[in-house]
Amino acid sequence: MIFKWFRKNKKDYPDFWLDYIDSFKNVNKNSIKETRFVAFDTETTGFDKKNDRILSIGAVSFVGKSIQVNNSLELYLEQEVFNPETVKIHGLMKKGSLEKVTELEAIKAFLAYVKNAVLIAHHANFDKNMMNEMLSRNGLGKLKNRFIDTGYLFNKSKHIIYRENLKEHYTLDDLCNELNVPKVDRHTANGDALITAIVFLKILSRLDKRKNLEWDYLLKN
Amino acid sequence: MKNSIAERVGDFLKGYPPFNMLSNKTLLKIATEVTITYLEKGDTIFKKDDTWHDSFYIVRNGAISLYYSNGDVKDIMNIHDTGDLFGLRPLITKEPYKLTATANEESIVYAVPISVFQSETDNNTKVQKYLITAFASNAFDPYTEEEAGKIFVDYLPNTSQDMVNFQTANYTKSPITCSTESSLKDAAKKMSAHKIGCIVVVDDEKKPVGIITNSDIKNKIATGLFPIETPVTNIMNSPVITAKKGLTIADGQLQMIKRSIGHLCITKDGTDNSKLIGVLTHHDVLVNLGNNPTVILKEIKRAKRTKKLRAARLKGNVLLKSYIEQNIPITHIINVISQINDAVTIRAVELALKKMPTAPPVTFSWLALGSQGRREQLLFTDQDNALVFDDVPEEQYEKTQTYFLKLAKLVTKSLNKIGFEYCEADMMASNPEWCKSLTEWKNQFTNWILSPDEKAVLLSSIFFDYNRVYGDKQLVDDLTNTIFSTLEKTDLFYKFLGRDAVKSPTPLGFFKQFLVEQNGDQKELFNIKSRALMPLIDAARLLILSKQISGVNNTSERFEKLAELEPNNKELHESCSYAFKALSKFKTKQGLLGTNSGKFIDLETLTKEEKLKLRRCFKPIQKIQEVLKIRFDLKNFM
Repeated sequence: MIFKWFRKNKKDYPDFWLDYIDSFKNVNKNSIKETRFVAFDTETTGFDKKNDRILSIGAVSFVGKSIQVNNSLELYLEQEVFNPETVKIHGLMKKGSLEKVTELEAIKAFLAYVKNAVLIAHHANFDKNMMNEMLSRNGLGKLKNRFIDTGYLFNKSKHIIYRENLKEHYTLDDLCNELNVPKVDRHTANGDALITAIVFLKILSRLDKRKNLEWDYLLKN
Repeated sequence: MKNSIAERVGDFLKGYPPFNMLSNKTLLKIATEVTITYLEKGDTIFKKDDTWHDSFYIVRNGAISLYYSNGDVKDIMNIHDTGDLFGLRPLITKEPYKLTATANEESIVYAVPISVFQSETDNNTKVQKYLITAFASNAFDPYTEEEAGKIFVDYLPNTSQDMVNFQTANYTKSPITCSTESSLKDAAKKMSAHKIGCIVVVDDEKKPVGIITNSDIKNKIATGLFPIETPVTNIMNSPVITAKKGLTIADGQLQMIKRSIGHLCITKDGTDNSKLIGVLTHHDVLVNLGNNPTVILKEIKRAKRTKKLRAARLKGNVLLKSYIEQNIPITHIINVISQINDAVTIRAVELALKKMPTAPPVTFSWLALGSQGRREQLLFTDQDNALVFDDVPEEQYEKTQTYFLKLAKLVTKSLNKIGFEYCEADMMASNPEWCKSLTEWKNQFTNWILSPDEKAVLLSSIFFDYNRVYGDKQLVDDLTNTIFSTLEKTDLFYKFLGRDAVKSPTPLGFFKQFLVEQNGDQKELFNIKSRALMPLIDAARLLILSKQISGVNNTSERFEKLAELEPNNKELHESCSYAFKALSKFKTKQGLLGTNSGKFIDLETLTKEEKLKLRRCFKPIQKIQEVLKIRFDLKNFM
């Protein structure tokens, strides 16, 4: 559906969006080991996708099990909307000394960074919705990437006999504790992205022990 | 662009050497280039014979084991945990890995690119040294040979020149000054009030313009050349000779001799055009030089009383401390301190002889035993000594022995006053058992060698390291020859010594943790003497005796000699020699910190770097003990 719709209006889209769309052409179905993943996280002014805004985006990418520090993304956005309530969580103030970019510039950088990678986020739907909302505000389509939610994946990684004890909702902190991931830099987008990546790798190694891990299993929500 | 992850990686690295020696800016640059790798248990980072990676590694979480593998045989060399470095080989030599590194448990490691690290730390020798040390510590095993030269670089003395001369001079800070407008009378009053022999004349900006000394007042005022109310500018010596702070004693002295002056003005930039910050006087130079071994030795030789000897020996301790702080090679330190200890003993014997009513009836020799005999005594420890006198007819034996016992009592008493505690086991020349004629001594050693028992082994570990400090050389050579010819007759004695040498508990537990004392006052402390030094001392003695080498007493020198004699074990002996030196330094450092002899180490007080160094010294101990077991066939003798 979406595909047809934007094809019609191809001319209206900026080049960077077209490049992003192009990156999904001719995608081979790689094995999990060869696939490029991008773990990302957003810090926002709140949980309302219509009224709240993204203040910062952090992302790290990896193929296999190694994450390169110099190949990470860290963006701080200029926003008119401001909510003093959430400042105590992420520490991002309206005026800060950080170098900030506009929403459009942030989108441009984000899309150029993620390309066709499989995206990973903790409670991915929230981040996905916030991103898509921002894209549409700027006259663009939705993200086309495949998504993996570490919260959901964690549930699945638990053995069947423990399932009944599982919580409905696992915070990233819960997962850190459970999986013994050092909690540094929680609540900065970049730090959370790194933690999410490590959490993902740890869950993956648990699942991998069951052999024949398939994409379908990983992506099915 | 801001990179929070790099900052956090940097924060982590900062907690561990060598990264803690770098500036934040450098650290961030390096951290930015790091690759973070997650490893499952059993994942391999590199394998033996793999080509070198362009990074080295530091463990972030978990544990990485390094093992040597040969076919099916796996020999775990080390297990690294958080903050430990590994995979350093490519930093030193571009060769394939010799060990395999795998995750011992679920782990995260940081890979630090070598090119970035090296370009950022190019001139930091401390960092380089640390890495070489860390590498050597990970890699000491019979499979590395090529790095030996690099490993020991830290401990090679550059020159035999006297290190003290290159210490920076301690000058008088905030010296007394007067302004250019002052009268000489005012200046003289100031000098007298502060009990000083010179005063610096400074201008409004505190720049030194001249100097007035006692001799100027004597020569120019007292002789009536100038009236006492004359302005200081009339009689001051001008311009002043200036120097920068941080000049060495040798430099300071040289300047004074060259210009025949007694004072140097220390200024901010070293010229007379900047603020005065201090004065270096000839007296300062002399005080500094007072901690010079040559001066101390002279003092000892001239000492007429025990009290003076004590003062001189205490200066030796000050010297020792400054040597250790300045990282002067331990071989050099040992030489200097041993010379001082020997000189003190010689002087003590000489003074005691003067107190005796008559001259000695026959020739004799004063022997230092144990650590002093091995010339390894750095701090004050117990005195172990013995006396051998020439044979006399039987009827005169008792009388002769009484004479020497009396002499020995005088010597041990003054040594005690100087600071060497009496030996608890009474192994001193003042004990009739250890003050004997040559023949008696020969019988004693022959007895120990031919019919060894526990006691004989215990005593021999002290008596076989004798060293003549004073007296007749012929007597001692004669004794030594007898000992070696007796040793040829039996292997049993070696076995006894061997059993003793390998019985010492190993310093490390299975997982490289330090084994500490379990009870008593020293609970939780690490006994460096019994667990690390003694096994090396015992091994060196046994091996050198079995090679029939006399005159090499020092443990590290013994190992060096052994390295020469046994080319196939060269590396092991060299690493033992090195380990012994490093361990002695540790013990001395600890001893200087606390009041004890440094025997017990509180591991909590050590930095990670120090623990690493310490740990490395233990590897050769295990290896040399294995050599002893095989060579002296101790398996069935234990």
